[in-house]
Amino acid sequence: MSTDRIVGIDLGTTNSLVAFMQGESPVVIPGDDGSNLVPSVVALDENSQPVIGNAARKYLTETPERAVYSIKRLMGRGVDDIQEELKFFPFRLAEDLQAGEVLRIKLGEKTFTPPEISALILRQLKRNAERFFGAPVTKAVITVPAYFNDAQRQATKDAGRIAGLEVLRLVNEPTAASLAYGLDKKQNGIVAVYDLGGGTFDVSILKLHDGIFEVISTNGDTHLGGDDIDNLLITIALDDIQGDLKLDLRRNAEAVQAIRKAVIEAKIALSSRPSVKLDVALPGGKRYLREVTREQFEQLIQPIIDRTVGPCKQALKDAGLKPEQIDEAVLVGGSTRIPKVRALVKELFHREPHTDLNPDEVVALGAAVQANILGGGSEATENMLLLDVTPLSLGIEVAGGVTDKIILRNSTIPASATQHYTTQVDGQANVAIHVLQGERELAKDCRSLARFDLKGIPPMAAGMARIEVRFLIDANGILHVSAREQRSGKESEIQVQPSYGLTDEQVEGMILDSFDSAEEDFRQRQVIEARNEAATILAALDKGKKSAAWGHLTTDEKKKIAKMEKALVAVNAEDDYQAIRKAIDALNQGTTRLAELMMDSAVSTALKGKTMDEADMGEGPTAPHPMAKAEFE
Amino acid sequence: MTNFTTITAKPALEETQSCWSCGTMRAVHFCQACGKVQPPAPVDYFAYFGLPRKLDLDLAALEKDFYELSRKLHPDLNALAGSQEQEWSLQQSSRLNDAHRTLKDPVKRTEYLLKLEGVELEEQSKSATEQARSTGEIKKQIVPSELLAEVFDLNMQLEELRGQKKLGEDDPALIEEIGRQKLELDEKQEALLRELEYRWKVWDGMIQREQNGQPVSDEERRQERDKMVDVLNRRNYIRNLVRDVSEALET
Repeated sequence: MSTDRIVGIDLGTTNSLVAFMQGESPVVIPGDDGSNLVPSVVALDENSQPVIGNAARKYLTETPERAVYSIKRLMGRGVDDIQEELKFFPFRLAEDLQAGEVLRIKLGEKTFTPPEISALILRQLKRNAERFFGAPVTKAVITVPAYFNDAQRQATKDAGRIAGLEVLRLVNEPTAASLAYGLDKKQNGIVAVYDLGGGTFDVSILKLHDGIFEVISTNGDTHLGGDDIDNLLITIALDDIQGDLKLDLRRNAEAVQAIRKAVIEAKIALSSRPSVKLDVALPGGKRYLREVTREQFEQLIQPIIDRTVGPCKQALKDAGLKPEQIDEAVLVGGSTRIPKVRALVKELFHREPHTDLNPDEVVALGAAVQANILGGGSEATENMLLLDVTPLSLGIEVAGGVTDKIILRNSTIPASATQHYTTQVDGQANVAIHVLQGERELAKDCRSLARFDLKGIPPMAAGMARIEVRFLIDANGILHVSAREQRSGKESEIQVQPSYGLTDEQVEGMILDSFDSAEEDFRQRQVIEARNEAATILAALDKGKKSAAWGHLTTDEKKKIAKMEKALVAVNAEDDYQAIRKAIDALNQGTTRLAELMMDSAVSTALKGKTMDEADMGEGPTAPHPMAKAEFE
Repeated sequence: MTNFTTITAKPALEETQSCWSCGTMRAVHFCQACGKVQPPAPVDYFAYFGLPRKLDLDLAALEKDFYELSRKLHPDLNALAGSQEQEWSLQQSSRLNDAHRTLKDPVKRTEYLLKLEGVELEEQSKSATEQARSTGEIKKQIVPSELLAEVFDLNMQLEELRGQKKLGEDDPALIEEIGRQKLELDEKQEALLRELEYRWKVWDGMIQREQNGQPVSDEERRQERDKMVDVLNRRNYIRNLVRDVSEALET
């Protein structure tokens, strides 16, 4: 098996998934609990060890101060940006947080930056994939909301590195979804992707042309999703409880989480039922009971889903298209299961939206397609190429605090722009440049990306220096800057002061396991799994020997099997998982006929009036290889 | 302000240099023999697509070439190459996208050609206006003479509308009147685009004559350039006006 296998990862607000291209179609890799979705929940257990996914969910209600969810909302953001989130989410900031420092979240007695928490989720997905392949996974394509800015993208890339993954590409979620859909359909036309997830909303309009997926425009809101619906319902419930039961539970984290769990279940049920009953046990033995009809629910969430209308209209306008010109509308993200949302999409794009692919999985599937393209492609992805755009304009602050836009939003990436600067006074050695992202006219209203100091400009009279600064947005949507003094030809030194985000050194220091220990961890897990498998096949062989089928084998066949059995028992005592696996494969091969005979005798026993159970085929030697056992719905 | 001071209408594909990988002749972007991405060469956007410096472009052909070049140059398709090749792929692909973005847009394309011809265009951008406003200096704006009276009236009405909106008042008659004027301005913009397209044909004819070996005087060239600059200036002015009107109506 190739160790260079590239996986596609959807690092979601609510759930995360890992997928890969199996033959000609993308499939999601399940976790060891059999679930395709890994909830994006991280907790610290009693021993301060991180617990991720389904296993971490119980901590949300039992020890909420040791658990965190929806961390994606904090990626690449500063303290000032998240005041709104802090009102609605139980994020506990580290008390010793310094101004200008990257956010840190408290989990029990430890603190973590958002990229570190995301890295724990990514590492879980990496492990799931490694268990599935039986080989290390080191390369990945990770999806991000199309409307993520530079800092949010950089934070996601950092998370990958911390998890021990080389992030070959960040792909925009709606674009990834279109790849998954496009793989089946292979047709030309204009597609609108409406992606309402747990915490983010994106809309992208693409032109499909002979395998080229060209994004024409994109828009969105990185703080709009199912979370907002949940928070609204929680607020209503808390108000109800305070009014009816005179109980203020706002500061009771356990109770709030119990209510959150109940309203999420109710929200999901209301997509298929006309009404649901909320029933939550409250502290002091009381209960909160309430019936909610779909009609009431739809009225409540109308203001939230209406917030998606503006971005959709803007995307159409930027693409220069009318709704009638959209050939297909595609739904992505769990929140698009809500009938009211589907109705809105139909109204916006004058099309019945596609729902053939699971909206929770389609982004991960698309990421797997993109991973396959990056890895050199296959028959299925031949001729496929994604041309994406930058969602936000890139600008430079000029005199008077005004933004001078140099790369406009919806420019195909990679994209670049060159600016020239000069000095204001004689002998000036430095020039400061403030880089911004956003659509607003004034610098203070845009997102500050970084401040650059051009240093070491050779001494010249004022205005003589001619410094060429090149801004380049790469295929990940991440900015790179280089500068050159053109008169002297000297490369200027650029000092980057990212406004938000981790430095390279900080990321280095956070890498979850050093490469060596990761390898060792991986090896140990492999040995354990190989031994389990060996035990299974040896037990099955014992059963086989006792069966009637054994008698039908020739002496030579029996001898061969005995030899292979001995070989497996011998290597099973060693630590070489590859040798164990080889011996398992050999024994598997060598017992094919025995298995067939057992099957025959099982059938004939059944015909003699005995049940299959009594024949007890058990997990015969031809039972599916535990490593290959994967079920996809 | 551009790097491309050497003016050659010669298609870039004829450039002869050898491929770093297989040594055969190569194109500007990738080697036609072995398909490898090449280090970027300093050519202008027209040359990048192997086009003469003409303005009445066949947009369908441009898009076709853009897709074809993307299939060779895009970083996604060079992700397994060495780090140097990946860097070239990034540079080439960004250049391809920059060139395509500029050439496919009628106004950007004309402005770019004028820059190549050494014309410094009047800065009419919104940021320049804002900058001038905030620093207190008066921005040089050429108001097209035939619009002077109209613009004066419109600006007065916009001031009135903004004042009313601040007070929370609403005058449907005024809004309707401004809306009507906006439609007129939209039509003017369209008409100017037609005028620009006409200038392209004249310009392209001149370039064609030059290619056929007939001399074109510097004076004729300058006149044709100036006519295009004039159309662009008027168009930009109206565009800014339309934007101001839209903003006043929306806020």
